[in-house]
Amino acid sequence: MSSQPEAADLHVSDELVINIKDMHKWYGSFHVLKNVNLEVYRGERIVICGPSGSGKSTLIRCINRLEEHQQGQIIVDNVELTNDLKNIDAIRREVGMVFQHFNLFPHLTVLENCALAPIWVKQVPRKEAEATAMKYLTRVKIPEQAEKFPGQLSGGQQQRVAIARSLCMNPRIMLFDEPTSALDPEMIKEVLDVMIELAKEGMTMLCVTHEMGFAKTVANRVIFMDGGEIIEENNPHEFFDNPQHERTKLFLSQILAH
Amino acid sequence: MSTEQSYEIGEYPDLAPPVTEVGIIGWIRHNLFSSTTNIVITVLTIYFLYVIIPPMLNWIFLDAVFVAESRDDCRAIAQAAGQELGACWAFIGKRFEIFVYGFYPVEERWRVDLSFIMMLAALVPVLFDHVPYRKQGLWFSLIAPVIIGWLLIGGMGLTPVPTDKFGGFMLTLTIGVTGIVGSLPIGIALALGRQSHMPALRMVCVAFIEFIRGVPLITLLFVASTMLNYFLPPGTTFDLLLRVLIMVTLFSSAYIAEVIRGGLQALPKGQIEAADSMGLKYWQSMRLIILPQALKISIPGIVNTFIGLYKDTTLVIIIGLFDPLGMGRASLADTKWQGLSTEIYVFVAIFFFVSCFSMARYSLYLEKKLHTGH
Repeated sequence: MSSQPEAADLHVSDELVINIKDMHKWYGSFHVLKNVNLEVYRGERIVICGPSGSGKSTLIRCINRLEEHQQGQIIVDNVELTNDLKNIDAIRREVGMVFQHFNLFPHLTVLENCALAPIWVKQVPRKEAEATAMKYLTRVKIPEQAEKFPGQLSGGQQQRVAIARSLCMNPRIMLFDEPTSALDPEMIKEVLDVMIELAKEGMTMLCVTHEMGFAKTVANRVIFMDGGEIIEENNPHEFFDNPQHERTKLFLSQILAH
Repeated sequence: MSTEQSYEIGEYPDLAPPVTEVGIIGWIRHNLFSSTTNIVITVLTIYFLYVIIPPMLNWIFLDAVFVAESRDDCRAIAQAAGQELGACWAFIGKRFEIFVYGFYPVEERWRVDLSFIMMLAALVPVLFDHVPYRKQGLWFSLIAPVIIGWLLIGGMGLTPVPTDKFGGFMLTLTIGVTGIVGSLPIGIALALGRQSHMPALRMVCVAFIEFIRGVPLITLLFVASTMLNYFLPPGTTFDLLLRVLIMVTLFSSAYIAEVIRGGLQALPKGQIEAADSMGLKYWQSMRLIILPQALKISIPGIVNTFIGLYKDTTLVIIIGLFDPLGMGRASLADTKWQGLSTEIYVFVAIFFFVSCFSMARYSLYLEKKLHTGH
């Protein structure tokens, strides 16, 4: 990887894929997300960081309606997220998600995990879905594990299966919710490598992570959140070398100190 | 020690374990004589078995009389052979048919036999994966209950047999199997309903479950046999056995619902989130992701409830149906065979034990088969 961030410009394309406008969310009476505004263009690689409890996971979980927002607008691929189940389903078909704890289905084999959603959601014939699954398993470098159950794999392997599983739906946007936080240190790299590959291929990615090295090499934009607000956003070069806000400086000093 | 040898660091090979750790000797040492307490328990157990088993074998087999005409006959035969008097199984032999068929008309009993065979045939594809023609078998399993119902009750070309002629083991099986087959889907529906986001549906399910659980089965059976007559318009006849079947099914479905709810709650929230994020619909996620896992976790509880239900079928004696236990008690009134209650109860106990133990073993087999961890 080059040492300099290659994409200093914020806009890698003009096609707006996610548009969040004046969005608020509450858990009961707790105001988790405050007036969030975010525009994501096709092909962007956005890293969202911030202290725990800052609302960064909640934000990306709002994008595919795992969490409901109470005010403002979220428009994904020209479809607005409302209570209309049809819209929600349409958006979920386009948006893949990778979780911190993998969330593979333990009663299904790796191959079945990957082929399940294409078969049932997109009505792809089983043979074809399995072939696609094998293709993506090969891309995340574990085709030989296809017949095993998730419980027989290491954490890093499970997370790579989870990525392959999302890719099988052929999503236009990928959300990553702390994909490496539950992994042993020696397995982080294998997962990050897969994500870097994806970024190179032009996938639109929103990634909540504490991997600052990943942010520096892959992201074209880094967003810092605290207390439910977007405090600062910039290209990684500026973000790390020249943070503007006091809270950003404090956060960066804390995570880069050790 | 002679086995001691030096290796380069990092080159130490895997050695075979010492003989005392493996094989029969290892097993005995580990399991029977590993500590003082263990040794005491082992010795006491062996002594206990020595005291219990020989007399039991004598009573059941060696001193038992298998063919006789009455209890006095049994006694005479035993004396003539110079034995102590063991079990008088001749009694069971004479009464065997009534134990199996109840009061079902003798010339129609082939229908019960055929139903029993069909039930077994219908169960095989449901219970086991690797049987030939499983797909066709499952279709048969689906229609078998209708055919069995027709065979047992009659009509449409068969001589009708009123359900008050049902009795003995066939009654136990009828109630037990209907209850088990009926209560699982109802229980699943109730468990899902109880977790629903729709308040009205949730409240109906909670009210149903709590009402059924809060009332003893016997009370429900009484309600079934008497109270329903008050509620239903006069002149409606509602078959007693049908009422019992409905009540037993509803009763155990409430328990099944709670067992499955436990399984549902044990699943991490991430499972449903993963299913949602891939765009699976509610029923797809339930059928493909949530229920297979929740039911697997719930197997011990579900089978426990089924075994309870199966044994609770003996309660129908209270409302005038004759299950094997009821048949046994009725048979004891026969003066020729007076005083042979032990034989009757042991026989009925063996029947129930075989059924329930099979269910327990099947559940273990299923748990093992569905285990996918490492």
